[in-house]
Amino acid sequence: MAILEILTLPDTALKQVSEPVTEFDDELRAFIVDLDETRANGPGAVGIAAPQVGFFRRVVIMDCSKTRKPVPNHGHLILVNPEITHWEGYEMGREGCLSVPDYTGNVIRATRIHLVAQNPEGQRLEFDMEGYEARAAQHEIDHLDGMLFVDRVVSRRTDLFKRKVYQKGGSK
Amino acid sequence: MTTHWHMLTLIGEDKPGIVAAITKALFEFGLNLGETSMLRLGGNFTVMMMVSGDHQEAELRDRLKPVIEAQGMCLNIDPIKAHLHEHVLPNIQVTVTGADRAGIVAQVTAALAALGFNILDLESDVAGTAAKPIYIMQIAGVADVPVESIELALEQLRQDGVDVNVNPIETYIG
Repeated sequence: MAILEILTLPDTALKQVSEPVTEFDDELRAFIVDLDETRANGPGAVGIAAPQVGFFRRVVIMDCSKTRKPVPNHGHLILVNPEITHWEGYEMGREGCLSVPDYTGNVIRATRIHLVAQNPEGQRLEFDMEGYEARAAQHEIDHLDGMLFVDRVVSRRTDLFKRKVYQKGGSK
Repeated sequence: MTTHWHMLTLIGEDKPGIVAAITKALFEFGLNLGETSMLRLGGNFTVMMMVSGDHQEAELRDRLKPVIEAQGMCLNIDPIKAHLHEHVLPNIQVTVTGADRAGIVAQVTAALAALGFNILDLESDVAGTAAKPIYIMQIAGVADVPVESIELALEQLRQDGVDVNVNPIETYIG
C-alpha cells in the first residue's frame, strides 16, 4: 500500500488520453489499492482517476455515499474501462479537483447517465446514475480523456443568459 | 522590497481592449495580479483586481494615468490586507426570481444576515423586457444553519410572490 503522488496543473500529462485496461491481473489490483488509498488521503476527495497519479489506464474510483446530505448512489465503485452510453438532462454543480488545488467552479453535467464498465476482475458492470453520482462519473471519465473540469467551468451568469436567450428563442 | 496589495477598481464605458490595455500597463510596471472580478454591468465594464508589488500608491496612480485616460475610465486605488490561497467553499446557494421591484435584495439579504449566512458571491441581473422586468439573483455563501431554517426565513418573500430556491451546494472533488 502506498499513497501516490498526484499530478497537478500545469503538468501537461493531465492532458494525456488513457488507454483501455486489457490485463485484469494482480498488478492492476495492487495499483487500484494504492489509487484508493491516495483518494482517501486527498483532502475531501470523492473520486480519483488513474491518470491523476500518472498511470494512463482507464481506471476510476469514486464513492458518493459520504455526502453531507445523502444522495442517490451505488457506494464505493471501482470502474475499469468505464463508458457512458446514455446522457439525459443537464444541471449546474460545483466541482473541484485534486489536480487543481484551491479552485472550484461551476460545471454543467448531464443529470442522468447510463454507464457500463468492468470490475477489477474484468466482469461487466452496468449502472444508472443520477445527480451528484452522475457528475462524479463524468468528472472522472473526463480525466481518462485528458480533460479537466477547468476546461468546462462556466459562470453562473452563463446559465442566466442561456435561459434568457435560448428559452425565448430570441436573438441578442 | 516589501510586497503589498492594493485593490484597483476601474469603471468605464464597455469597449474591446480595456483589459488588455490596463493589464499591459500593470505588467510593464512590474506588478502581479491576484484574484480579480471583471464584468459588464449595464453597458459599463467594471474591474476589481488585487495587485501586488513593491510599488507606492502615488507612483502606481501616476503610472496608470495615461492608460486610464486613454480608456476613458475612472480609477480607485485602496490599500488592502489580502492573502491568496484562502478560498472558502460555499455550502448553500439561494436563487431568487421575481417580478422586478424595489427591496428584493434588501429583504433576502436581511433574512440571510440574521441567520449568520455569509455571502461569498452574489450575482444579480434584470432580465425580461423593459415593460416586464424580471429580477434574478444567485447567491452562494456559507451558513451553519440547516437549509430548512433558511427556507423558513425566506417564506415571507414567497408569500409576496417572489420565487426563492435554497439548495445545499455539495462540491464534488475528484
